[in-house]
Amino acid sequence: MAKVKGAVEVNTEMCKGCNLCVVACPTGVLSLNKNVNVKGYNFSYMENPEACIGCSSCADVCPDACITVYRVKL
Amino acid sequence: MDIKEIMKPENQVKAKSKLLTDVPMHYCPGCSHGVVHKLIAEVIEEMGIQENTVAVSPVGCAVFAYNYIDIDWHEAAHGRAPAVATGIKRLQPDKFVFTYQGDGDLAAIGTAETIHACNRGENFTIIFINNGIYGMTGGQMAPTTLEGMKTSTSPQGRDVSMAGFPLKIADMVAPLDGMRYVTRQSVHTPTAVRKAKKAIRKAFENQKDNKGGSLVEIVSTCNAGWKMTPAKANEWLVDNMFPAYPIGDLKNV
Repeated sequence: MAKVKGAVEVNTEMCKGCNLCVVACPTGVLSLNKNVNVKGYNFSYMENPEACIGCSSCADVCPDACITVYRVKL
Repeated sequence: MDIKEIMKPENQVKAKSKLLTDVPMHYCPGCSHGVVHKLIAEVIEEMGIQENTVAVSPVGCAVFAYNYIDIDWHEAAHGRAPAVATGIKRLQPDKFVFTYQGDGDLAAIGTAETIHACNRGENFTIIFINNGIYGMTGGQMAPTTLEGMKTSTSPQGRDVSMAGFPLKIADMVAPLDGMRYVTRQSVHTPTAVRKAKKAIRKAFENQKDNKGGSLVEIVSTCNAGWKMTPAKANEWLVDNMFPAYPIGDLKNV
């Protein structure tokens, strides 16, 4: 199996901190930040970026389309 | 490898659809409406039919849908979206027309319009968001509310001897000869989201082939109305909504 490495970029101002991406992530990359955005939501961020495989599960379930996914084959 | 090296435009695999505007959606955090809006925008973008799509927005939570997807929209009176869509599609048969309705709109006040538009086999797509509750007005009981489900107007749970049984619209319209594609999908997991996208795509393709009516029911959550966290609402959906509203194609001819 080809090794892949991914990364996600969260639009923190659009994020409403619903936690759905954190639940959907199969490798436990995402988590809710202790800080809040302008609207007062604890936005999602990559707590464990090494584990990301760029599967885009988080982007699929995100209701506000605020996640951009990148992936490279190593 | 450094994260900045991965985050290059050529490595991008998933991004926000260009059809979605930058207006922040007014939906509650974790609402299924946002996911379905995203899927519709992606399908329209992939089919390249942005200039040829006319949508009809309902009354309900999705009433402001025209602010979020950059296509032509028409607002209909409560429940009358299929009737308005009939007019649009008959006058402009080459356009892709769809209605986007919730259960309070489609299954309560608009039942007659829905059933008859489906029976006539009008060649447009109905996207039906079923969350078993009137979300916009404060979580009242809807026709689709499950037996025993607590809402603000049924605090002891839905009593079927008084309020009747949950109305299964997709099962009702599936036997009608005018309907060509009736399916029930969900958006609670990444797999379900991908399947729902395929179903929406298929419903739009049917319009291109002039086949007849298509209805895509999305069994959704209303975490604010159900008084749960979004993740908990998804679990509740699997445990309670799916037995009453099983996922899958009901008709595909």
